[in-house]
Amino acid sequence: MSFNLTLLAQMLAFAAFILFTVKVVWPHLLRAIETRQKTIADGLAAAEQGKKSLEVSTRQADETVKQGRDRAAEIIAQAEKRGAQMVDEARTQAKDEGNREKAAAQAEIEQQVARAREMLREQVAALAVAGAEKILRREVDAKAHADLLAQLKQEVR
Amino acid sequence: MAAGKELNPSDYIQHHLTFFRAPVGEGEFWALHVDTVVTSVLLGCIGLGLIWWVVRGATSGVPDKRQAFVELLIEFVDDQVKGIFHHGDRNKFIAPAALTVFVWVTLMNAMDFLPVDWVAGALSLVGLPEWRPVPTADINATFALSISVLLLSIYFAIAAKGFGGWVHEQFCAPFGSHPLLWPANLLFNLVEYVSKTLSHSLRLFGNIYAGEILFFLLWLWAATGLVGTFFGFLFGLGWAIFHILIVLLQAYIFMMLTIVYISMAHEHH
Repeated sequence: MSFNLTLLAQMLAFAAFILFTVKVVWPHLLRAIETRQKTIADGLAAAEQGKKSLEVSTRQADETVKQGRDRAAEIIAQAEKRGAQMVDEARTQAKDEGNREKAAAQAEIEQQVARAREMLREQVAALAVAGAEKILRREVDAKAHADLLAQLKQEVR
Repeated sequence: MAAGKELNPSDYIQHHLTFFRAPVGEGEFWALHVDTVVTSVLLGCIGLGLIWWVVRGATSGVPDKRQAFVELLIEFVDDQVKGIFHHGDRNKFIAPAALTVFVWVTLMNAMDFLPVDWVAGALSLVGLPEWRPVPTADINATFALSISVLLLSIYFAIAAKGFGGWVHEQFCAPFGSHPLLWPANLLFNLVEYVSKTLSHSLRLFGNIYAGEILFFLLWLWAATGLVGTFFGFLFGLGWAIFHILIVLLQAYIFMMLTIVYISMAHEHH
């Protein structure tokens, strides 16, 4: 149990091993570990980012759907209103048309009645004249009484 | 066991406690424990080489099991350093140094698990009758570590405070800067440096050496007959399992103290 040169040899070996680890072994692994840590950190950050953007887009989608629904409801309401309006308009129009038609028909009828009455009157006058002619032919010169006859015709009308 | 059947307990233990000593000059000091140096360098090369081999192809993607194991080890060490060292970039020196200490000391301690007689038998076949396979049971190896740590802590103390600052600290801390207190301060600091270094290395040495001796005693018992073999096996197994804890714990303690001492060197008083 004594000290000898082994002590120095061991110290040298120790120094060499430390140097080897410091210069060669440690940097290799440190680089690998640091790169991995960075990769993991980046991945986590990206995941966080993805989660955030998913949240945002979900909210946006919800908003869009809600807007669409509102718009659709609005359009439906408008359409309903417009439909009701159109029905009303059509009804009014139809009524007006009917009234006009009726008025026209009435006017026609009146016209026809007036014409018929005119014709009837004319025929009655002719008949009366014819009758009077027949009566008078026997006793009256037609030429002599032409003025009278014309007057009579005028009166009958 | 060269002694064969004429086994004598003290010879047996003596045999296993003899270093392969190669003198390189005159005197007690000028000799090399070839077994300690070769085993420890081999273990360091294997351990750090394996780690290097794994991390050389390290991917920053999903690691395979090999890489995951090495990363686990390195992150374990790095966590310890992170908790203690707050004086700059730990990746520059102290964390890799702590890893070196942990890996190397663990492997050197773990040589205790090898059955000594098999190792000795195999090595005596190739002409190496005396070979102690556990480098940390050699006081030279543990003191080499702790003195290196001492030198590192002095180096970092000077690097952090400047030479003047460091000298000033030796004389003026911890009691105060009054000139009458200078001797007390210096003495205190010297004692602190010496005791740190002693306790650092002797703790490791003592644990591993004691573990080794206990194994020797158990194997001696195992050589006494059938009953001895059975109980030797049983207690040897128990001690080996318990020794796993000691091996890792001592390596861990040694690493932690290394980190603590080097961190303390950075602190200003």
